[in-house]
Amino acid sequence: MATTEARLLTDRQAPDTALVSSADWRRPAVRYGLGGAHIVLLVLLFVAGLGPILWLAKAAITPTSDTLSTPMALFPHGGTFDNLRHAWTDLRVGRYFWNTVVLAFGSWLCQIVVATTGGFALSILKPKYASIITGLLLTTLFVPAIVLLVPLYIEIVHPPVVHHSFVNSYWAIWLPAGASAFNVVLMKRFFDNLPREIFEAARVDGASGFRMFFSITLPMSRPILGVVSIFALLASWKDFLWPLLVLSDTNGQPLSVRLPAIQAQTELGVFLAALFLASIGPIIGFLIFQRSFLRGSGLSGAVKG
Amino acid sequence: MTRTVPERSSVSVTDPTRSTAPPAAASSHEDGAAVRSQTPRRRRRFGTPRTWVRGGGLTSLLFLLPMLLIFGAFSWYPIVRTVIMSLQHTNLVQPATWVGLDNFRTVLNDPLFPIALKNTGYFALLALIFGYPIPLAAAVLMSEARRFRGIYSALAYLPVVIPPVVAVLLWKTFYDASPQGVFNSILGWVHLGPYPWLQSQSWAMPSLVMESTWANAGGTIIIYLAALTGVNRELYEAAAVDGAGLWHKVWHITMPQLRGVLLVTLILQIIGTAQVFLEPFLFTSGGPTNSTMTIMLLIYNYAFGNSLGGDYGAATALSLMLAGFLALLSLVYLRVTRSWST
Repeated sequence: MATTEARLLTDRQAPDTALVSSADWRRPAVRYGLGGAHIVLLVLLFVAGLGPILWLAKAAITPTSDTLSTPMALFPHGGTFDNLRHAWTDLRVGRYFWNTVVLAFGSWLCQIVVATTGGFALSILKPKYASIITGLLLTTLFVPAIVLLVPLYIEIVHPPVVHHSFVNSYWAIWLPAGASAFNVVLMKRFFDNLPREIFEAARVDGASGFRMFFSITLPMSRPILGVVSIFALLASWKDFLWPLLVLSDTNGQPLSVRLPAIQAQTELGVFLAALFLASIGPIIGFLIFQRSFLRGSGLSGAVKG
Repeated sequence: MTRTVPERSSVSVTDPTRSTAPPAAASSHEDGAAVRSQTPRRRRRFGTPRTWVRGGGLTSLLFLLPMLLIFGAFSWYPIVRTVIMSLQHTNLVQPATWVGLDNFRTVLNDPLFPIALKNTGYFALLALIFGYPIPLAAAVLMSEARRFRGIYSALAYLPVVIPPVVAVLLWKTFYDASPQGVFNSILGWVHLGPYPWLQSQSWAMPSLVMESTWANAGGTIIIYLAALTGVNRELYEAAAVDGAGLWHKVWHITMPQLRGVLLVTLILQIIGTAQVFLEPFLFTSGGPTNSTMTIMLLIYNYAFGNSLGGDYGAATALSLMLAGFLALLSLVYLRVTRSWST
């Protein structure tokens, strides 16, 4: 079965410019060795990539006593949706889920506004001082986030101009999220590659900067907007330390902050159900927008490199 | 004409040096003439407010404004503030006092500092041993798969999508040290264990690294896969004509062309692991007996910890030392690898 499959494939495609050429594929050692390696890899990826999530899904609908005594058994005493229901209502996962969504949406909006307008100005409008700002922007890429942690926290607790603490305000999450040099650089690079002729023509026709931004640049940047959006949303969903520091009121905290806090006094099955509910959003998002995720991940390597 | 008036007034507000320009002249001709007669040289270099607005200067500034405000407040200002705070004693109540390098001395004399340094280095080393070759091998193998390519990369990337807090808490369940723990019961099938995982000083750190590798390998695999599409494929054909075997091709064609990406991911991984926080914080809180106390955790404890807490000077001093070390390391690394690649 496997051999005929391999032969069919080699006959059909035969790309001689591949690392493993069709001549290589015809050698039994390569065919079985590589075929075997691929099967092993696929199995390992299934176990490592999907295994923990499947186990979590299983544990979310298994009674706690079964998960504790026989964690690897599949529903020895049947399944139950009690865990999920308890988690959603008693643990108020629904509430924290909503908080997470609101935080993610605000951070996304702030990042998109800053990255598109900033990238547009630096790439298309290019004032004389653009190179200085780009330089300042690039230096922040090299400063580890930890350097900002303490002064940012103090800035939120005791802001310099407005004397009003922003602790427990969502602005304390949304606004600092916008300061992502990575996003601006990604946008700027994309805008740099848009055809200049269009902007020249628009300028000749008397289009203002705002017109060029809303009617030309944004409609042409859908792919990069998708990538930046996905990373903004995902990063916000994952964020832990910053919301832990600035959101002390439990009612306003996101899932990532609440989950470690409720672990100690929660029954294992219910807690695992809560973990499952917290991860289901990003997983579904990934399955739908898989392409943008993977493209963006490759892009991030290119920018860093 | 009606539009230029508010624009002009807003400029003269933002730019006090332009106050020499005559206020609200009757017509644009007079306005321009007056400015020319007053400051002929300056006009050539900077232009009048009106030409600045006409030339799109104001539009540029408006577009830059969100970025300048956000970065100024939440990036550039805090960076400067860190340096200042590292030289001060601050407790948010009394005014800050300058103490010179006292904070740095406090950190260097802290008995926890060498422990944290050693543990962070150990974490980075283990992460390199586990986490560096695996994504590379997987990516090279995956790029040669003739079917299900999408499934491979989707499976590899899935752990990256899981929120890190969820991942750590889930693995904490897996690491249950009793014989009924998930990992211990799996290993029990082949009569291994039970192992103590997070509860033993020698097992804790490798356990942390294993979770961290699982959580991060997918991202690196995707970066390698993207880089592999850029490998010059005609060289493979030429090598095949010359009778090169599979290993030769991997070693002499694929690897050299990936060198740039490999060098970057190596330093990025080191920079990333040097700042490890979430795993020791949530898995072990630095325990057992400080065996997973890392630099980042120490910084957190200085600033926000329950027992110490509030020592912002020491926290900023240590974070500056960490950042300085990483910057120096990257600089040396870039110098050295540049001479390698030529």
